[in-house]
This record gives sequence, C-alpha cells and structure tokens, in this order.
Amino acid sequence: MSLVIKDLHANVEDTPILKGVNLEIPKGEVHAIMGPNGSGKSTLSKVIAGHDDYEITSGSVSLDGQDILDLDVDERSRAGIFLAFQYPAEVPGVSNANFIRAALQARLPKGEEIDAVAYYKDLYSKMDVLEMNRKFTARAVNEGFSGGEKKRNEILQMMMLDPQYCILDETDSGLDIDALKIVAKGVNAMRSPDRGILMITHYQRLLDYIEPDYVHVMADGQIVKTGGKELALELEESGYDFLKDGGLVNA
Amino acid sequence: MSAEATIDQETQNAIDVDRAKGDFHFPENHKFDAGVGLSTDTINYISDVKNDPDWVRAYRLKAYETFLSKPMPTNWATEDLNNIHFDEIRYYLADGQKPMRNWEDVPAEVLETFERLGVPEQERAFLAGVEAQYDSETAYSSVKEELEKDGVIFVNSTEGLKEHEEIFRPWFGKVIPTGDNKFSALNSAVFSGGSFIYIPKGLKVKHPLQAYFRINSENFGQFERTLIIADEGAEVMYMEGCTAPKFESTTLHSAVVELVAMKGAKIQYVTVQNWSSNVFNLVTKRGLAHEDAEVRWIDCNIGSRLTMKYPGVVMKGERARGEVISIALANDGQHQDTGAKMIHAANNTTSNVVSKSISVGEGRATYRGQVLIPKHLKGCKNNTECDALMINSNSKTDTYPAITVRGNQHVTQHEASVSQVSQEMLFYMQQRGISEAAAMSLAVNGFINDLVSEFPMEYSVELKRLIELEMEGSVG
Repeated sequence: MSLVIKDLHANVEDTPILKGVNLEIPKGEVHAIMGPNGSGKSTLSKVIAGHDDYEITSGSVSLDGQDILDLDVDERSRAGIFLAFQYPAEVPGVSNANFIRAALQARLPKGEEIDAVAYYKDLYSKMDVLEMNRKFTARAVNEGFSGGEKKRNEILQMMMLDPQYCILDETDSGLDIDALKIVAKGVNAMRSPDRGILMITHYQRLLDYIEPDYVHVMADGQIVKTGGKELALELEESGYDFLKDGGLVNA
Repeated sequence: MSAEATIDQETQNAIDVDRAKGDFHFPENHKFDAGVGLSTDTINYISDVKNDPDWVRAYRLKAYETFLSKPMPTNWATEDLNNIHFDEIRYYLADGQKPMRNWEDVPAEVLETFERLGVPEQERAFLAGVEAQYDSETAYSSVKEELEKDGVIFVNSTEGLKEHEEIFRPWFGKVIPTGDNKFSALNSAVFSGGSFIYIPKGLKVKHPLQAYFRINSENFGQFERTLIIADEGAEVMYMEGCTAPKFESTTLHSAVVELVAMKGAKIQYVTVQNWSSNVFNLVTKRGLAHEDAEVRWIDCNIGSRLTMKYPGVVMKGERARGEVISIALANDGQHQDTGAKMIHAANNTTSNVVSKSISVGEGRATYRGQVLIPKHLKGCKNNTECDALMINSNSKTDTYPAITVRGNQHVTQHEASVSQVSQEMLFYMQQRGISEAAAMSLAVNGFINDLVSEFPMEYSVELKRLIELEMEGSVG
C-alpha cells in the first residue's frame, strides 16, 4: 500500500520541469524532499494533485495500485490525496466551517448529510490541537489570514479530511518557531501506519520537529539522493554545493 | 438566440433545472380576453371588463398616447428591446372572478398552480398576507384577520382604486408619472392586478406580506400595478416572487411599483425574480421617502431573457434614507440590466447602493446607477458599491454609474470591482474533494453571501439553492 511515482516527466508550457521522478511513499512512513529552488519540488506536489498547468509527458502516479493520472483534481482528493499548499488560495465569503463541511459532504453518498453536531465537535477538538481560536470557523477561508494562520488552516483541513497520503508543500515557510511547533504537533498527530506523508521543505528545521524516515534530495527534476534523517543534517551543514560536483548517482 | 446555440444540450438542461418548478401550464380558460395587439379598443375593453371609474379610463387612454409618443430607449439600452412585438401580445386575460379569500374557492387549476409553487404553504408558515396573481388578475387575496382589524388594507389594484379611492388616488401615478418611460406608460394604459397596501399610522407589521405573480398563458403581457403606502411611523415588509412556464414565444412583464413612506415610516420591498428565459422583464419601481422615513429595495434577479430594472428612492424629507441591495445572475442567453436611482431632495438624506452581479458563460450583467444630489442641499451622503463576478471569459459586464453631486457639503463614496473565480481558487477547492460545479457554487455564494443575509431567511435558503442549481449547469 503506497503512493508510487514512476519515471514521471512533466512540462509547463513545453519546458520540462520533472525529468523522470521515481519515488515510493509506503503507508506508515514519512518522507522529506529537500532541494534547491527551481528543482521541481513544488511542481511534483501539484502534478500529483492534478493541477492542469502541467502536462505529463510520461510516467505514472498510482495510489495503492490504482493509476490516478486520469482522475480529476477532486477525484484524486476523494481517493485519498491531500495537498497542504505553500500559498493557499482565498475563498472570499465562504466560512472555514462551511468550506470544510462542503469538503466532507463531497465524500458522502448522495442524499446523506453531515451530522452538524458531530461535525462541530470534531472540528473544535482538532482546532484545540492546533491552538486555534473558535472564531476561526466563521472567518472566510484564508481571507486576511496571516501566513501562520494559513498554514495552520491547511493542517486543520488535513486533519478533518483524514487523507491516506499527505503532501506538505513548504508548510514551514513563513512560520515562527512557536507556530512551527504547533503545526508539527498537528502533523505528528497524523502519523499513522495507515497514512503516508511527504514533506517538501527547504530547511532542516522542520525535520527537527517532524522526524522523517527518509530524506530525498531533488535537483533539476529528479531525485538525486536518498538517505535517512541524517542526510538532512548533512545538507544543512554543507548545502547543495555537492550537486555541482557531479559526484552523485541517482537514488 | 445565438447565445443559446453555443452551449451544449447538457448544460442547457442543467440551466433549465431551476425553472422546472415553474415550467408547467394549464390550458387557458379565460372568460375575458382582450385579444392580440394594442389599440384604444383594447384599453376600452379592459376598462369595460373592470368596470373602471371614469377617471381611470381617462388615465389609461392618456397613458396610451404617451406610450405611442415615446420611442423605444434603444439609444442607451439594448437593441433586444426591438424584439418585443407589441402587436403580437395579449394584454388582458382573466376569468372574471373576484379574488377569493379562501384557497378552497380558487379555481382548481389555479390552486394547483400556486400549491406547486408552494405559496399556500409559505403563507401558513410565515406570512401575514398573500396575494396571488394568475395572468391579469388576482386569484387569491388574504390578510390575517388581526391586521385587517388594525386597519391594514391589502387588496388588488382594482379594489384599491374603487373601494379606497380617497387614499389610493392622491398617490397613484405620483411617484412614477405615466411618462417616466415607455414601459411605465404602457403599464399605466393596460394595468391590472398588483397590490394596493395601506398600513395605518404607527403600525409595525411583524410578518411579511407577499405577492406571487404567475404567468400561465403564451404571448401574454402581465402588467401589474402596485402601490404601497405606509402611514407615519408604520413599518412593513413586502415580498414578491414570480415564475412563468417557458414558452417558445416571448412574454412581457412590465410592472409599475410605487412606494410611499410617510414621516418616520419604513418600507422594505423584497423581490426574487425567477422568470423563465423567454420573459422580457421591464419594471419601474420607485419609492418616496418623507422625513425620517426609509425605503429599502432588496432585489434579486435570476431569471428572464432581459431584465431592465432600476429601483429608486426619492428622499423628499429631511433625514430620509434610501437603499438598494441587488443581486443579479446572468446565465447564458440572459441580460440583467439593473441598477439603482437615488434622488436626494432634502438635507441630511442618506442613500446606499450595493450591487453584486454574476455573469456566467454568454450571460451579460449591466449596472446602471444614478445618484443625484443638488447644489442647494447639505449633509447628504451616498455610498455606492458595485461588484461583478465573471465566470468564464465570454461573460460580459458593464458598469455605468452616474453620480451627480453639486455643492461641497456632501459625502459620496463609490467602489467598483470586477473579479473572476480564479483557476487557483478552483484548484484549491477541488483539491479538497469538492467538484468543480460545487466549487463554483460555493465561490458564487461566497461572493454574494453578505447580501443574501439581507433577504428574509425563507428566501435566502431558496436563493442559495437556486444559485447552486444555476452553477451546476454552468460548468461542462
């Protein structure tokens, strides 16, 4: 049971960005992808989620054996993929509570309704983990949110939707240390033998709080190195300069 | 229409879904039929059937002349108006019955019509009085007994002008003169049905009064005439709804609505317009607000082929307030040409216009606003906000605000915005598992959310549902 990416190539406006990505995230594991700017990390997350700016030229993405590249964005989500955005969009006029509820409702068979009492109970308990104010439910999705509030909101949605595979795109960017700790608490609470987690990050700092099982280095559209959590520390110390030496073999 | 040809059948079917509720009709069963076309004979026929007093007949005939003398306003409005063929319309269709006080007495098919539209049910649930118009005349009219005892008058225009001439006549045609525009003149010539309401001094009517306008016949024009007078310190909310079956030919709905709020009175007029897409909806609405009075128009236009409607408030007394809150949704094949008219005619008067329009596909939304503050006044305030949301690149939206402020002792504020449901917003919502159609509908409901809360609860629920249905049809 895993999210498997095989030899994935993707273009944006005819420019190749992903040039043969191979990666497997089994359930129960936490993987981190690090790499310099422009290496294709964020593109990978959007391609998995199904953003139509990207044209997939070859390769496959499968979820527990099922190819998902033919599915629409919302179908992939309901199949179990969650993407915590680096820059979450604003949805003016739609309250957080209604938004999350609509997302949960979309997972129910036609004619079935969310139980409002149980829903709010669940929502509040998860907001407590993330130390979010109750007023948050009535605010429009991401509108006027600070960077930290947006990231917390992503984690809240992730907790509410209970996905099988989570992709966190630079969730640590723009967070102060206190907010980072809270977000990490939420993500750690999500760690489970039934869930795979992929974190995309620039900084080792996040990995102090969410310990990965594996660290991958991405460069120029490929995974170029894979190691344990100690790899992140090495990168922190020596940076990505080693990439230029050409002394690496593909993972 | 060319616009309709560009959308596929599936989309078309989905767009029509919301009108399924109103899209049925019964065979015609009219005792009185003024025939096709318009002439002085038509007007005399209507006056004869209605047994009009002489002054009303004279008023109609004079209005007919005014109608003939006025050109179609295509110099500023859409050319589509030229597709109204006045000589092919039937101007009066009625069965000759007086409005009934009990639903049991209403003819079976008329009763069934209004039951299918949920009118009697709503009446039981939350209304203080109902008037239900079927083609030219009112089929049912009833107001709660205790309101009648308090002196509230809620009847149709025919009964109003005959039985309550002393209150009716001084205000009739005074807020909107016959010659205001070509369609107000047409209405003044052939009007029938509509409400006459009088709320006595100091009486605050707690529950809304409602009128429901139903067109059952083809090639027909409905010309109701409404006059609402709230005496000093009185308060009332009036709601109107309307539907028609979808016929091949065009149908004309051209109403005139006049509101008079005496000193300190408050009138709220709520419309949810959901005509079928063959209806030309050309309506003139204006309120007169005396000292410390308030007139609010809360207006939602979802249906029709072309709507032209610019509710207005003339603030005649000091500290009078006028407000227009409007929502327009223009889907494929539709043009919503709406706006507001605020005429400040006394010191320290305040007006507020908030308009939100949504254009989908080939749909077109136009905002036309007029705010007039003359030089000799002081302390007047106007706030105008118009926001447009466009869904897909074919949509068209135009804004024509005209704010004329003379003198420097006033405060005016104007804000306009045009936004799109962005790809990034849709991607975000879809990534949460929400389908494209549901995401669209969430975005649209979010856009108008603050205005929907201005509608009475029962209407706002209906409104959200209608918009959801419209949006389901708007995405491939």
